[in-house]
Amino acid sequence: MSDSPSDIKLQVQKISLRFGGIRALNSVSFQVKRGEIFAVIGPNGAGKTSLINSINGFYHPQEGAIIFDGRDITQLPAFRRAKLGISRTFQNIALYTNMTTLDNLMAARHIHMKTNMVTGALFVGPAKREEIEHRRKVEEIIDFLEMEGIRKTIVGNLSYGLRKRVELGRALALEPTLLLLDEPMAGMNVEEKEDMARFILDIHERQGMTIVLIEHDMGLVMDISHHVVALDFGTKIAEGTPDEIKQDERVVKAYLGQEV
Amino acid sequence: MSANIRPSGVFDVKYAQDISLNRTTSDRWIANGLFVLLLLIPLFTIEGPFGINLIPQLWIGTIVRISIFVIAVQGLNILIGYTGQISLGHAAFMAVGAYSSAIFAREFGMSFWVALPLSAIFTGIVGLIFGLPSLRVKGFYLAMATLAAQFIIPWLLRYPLEGLTNGSRPIEVPIPELFGISFAHENAMYYIVIPLTVFMMLAARNILRTRIGRAFISVRDNDLAAELLGINVFSYKLQAFFLSSLYAGVAGCLLAFEANSLTLDSFLLDRSIETLAMLVIGGAGFPLGPLFGVAFVNLLSQNIIPAVIPWFNSIIPTLFPFINTVNVFAALNPLLFGGSLMLFLIAAPRGIAHRWEIFKISWKLRPFSQTR
Repeated sequence: MSDSPSDIKLQVQKISLRFGGIRALNSVSFQVKRGEIFAVIGPNGAGKTSLINSINGFYHPQEGAIIFDGRDITQLPAFRRAKLGISRTFQNIALYTNMTTLDNLMAARHIHMKTNMVTGALFVGPAKREEIEHRRKVEEIIDFLEMEGIRKTIVGNLSYGLRKRVELGRALALEPTLLLLDEPMAGMNVEEKEDMARFILDIHERQGMTIVLIEHDMGLVMDISHHVVALDFGTKIAEGTPDEIKQDERVVKAYLGQEV
Repeated sequence: MSANIRPSGVFDVKYAQDISLNRTTSDRWIANGLFVLLLLIPLFTIEGPFGINLIPQLWIGTIVRISIFVIAVQGLNILIGYTGQISLGHAAFMAVGAYSSAIFAREFGMSFWVALPLSAIFTGIVGLIFGLPSLRVKGFYLAMATLAAQFIIPWLLRYPLEGLTNGSRPIEVPIPELFGISFAHENAMYYIVIPLTVFMMLAARNILRTRIGRAFISVRDNDLAAELLGINVFSYKLQAFFLSSLYAGVAGCLLAFEANSLTLDSFLLDRSIETLAMLVIGGAGFPLGPLFGVAFVNLLSQNIIPAVIPWFNSIIPTLFPFINTVNVFAALNPLLFGGSLMLFLIAAPRGIAHRWEIFKISWKLRPFSQTR
């Protein structure tokens, strides 16, 4: 893969994010290539989620720029970035609790649908056709993530692992080109983790999706990611292939502490 | 909200079947049959065309008023039940609908059929303006902000606009007409109100199962996630305020034309609280919640409480001889109303509609339903 500009999916240029006196991110820069699995690692409080939130538009960094598909999106509000093709999952599950799995996924199709208040109220012709057409897309995702059995279950009643899966499904229902996964495997047992890893690899292989991943399970990160960036106290301390990161002194120091 | 449950043995094999409201032939027969039965009711009253005294004439006025309030409460349901934005100014929006339609008819000579949609849209826009604080505030604070509408709007109508609204005194509203037929009689008004109510209920149901409705519910359930997943939260909050006030406007307009006169007293804060109580009792966030709530509150205040008051009147002087009974009798009505509401909220906190859903599901799944 060459480094021509069209191969760069996402460019984060020297972003700094402050909350009052606290520096959550300090001049962080990196590039995510099209079609790669890019992992962000770091100890707790390193600024990983702040980084994802900045890319996604939930936070607006005071300095720096975020370039997505060659377009500066630093100033765009979050819901517009979703329309451009950035989707995400959350560290603490943020589903629409009282809706069914199906409705959660259909709600994420929002940006692709056109029905307005009037056509929706009448529910004939175009509105009904649109519902069915998007239902088809959603059913593909349900099929892919093996959620047929919980299609009509209220998500608030689902187990933790399944809710994580529904959340991944909802992120996919947006048909993004960049998927941000904030600790998709946190709090899961080994089987659930394996399932989730398989889904992530499948998404990557089938759709060639670019994925930015935050994860604490180092073994897993090293196995599935192509490129890793390590953060500590809001600053980038290392970047490279998984093998390079494993050898990096500063990463080891950040995780294990300094040798006396 | 639960998914559509199909009777045992009925399987959906097409998506169109899965999303249809009336899935089986019997569903369709029941829905259409109930509608036709509802339309037949005035024919069997003493003042109906045949003069048959089968159904008390009193029922007609009651059904009409229930229907009008069902529209109003459905508006509140869209805002509170589905979008999660609390409002304490609903009666004020009804007042805007009522007075604007009356003014359109009186001052500009518009017919009822033009005044109704115009006043509804006008009310929607007024509601949208009072919904602007929802950008910044949520929950109790938004309730306070909408409370401002409940004080500003009646004040505006009473004093600055007195020339148009007649201030605190009642104004007369013209009688609706269509092709020379006058809708002066309540039996005739019935045929405007009932089909319109059914239409508004269906429209609400349809909006809420398509894109806009899912966006509303997303805003209620998790506004941060909604914003990050492509839903313009502020825009949808405003749309919910618009739609909610539009429903209030239609209800207000119907109230004005049904009674042929209008006073501000019916649109004060107690009315706002009453609509809220109706919604909570009926079940916020359920499509049929408003119907159950309005019907129940109506039953409570018109039938149940008047029936038990004489009993209280006889028992209180013997139990508490030291109480000044005159004051107690005056307070009994609101006291019993409030008390039964509290009992109701403890017994069925999610409203009658929730009980109804449970009943419906177990009926449809018989004989395989489990009691829960």
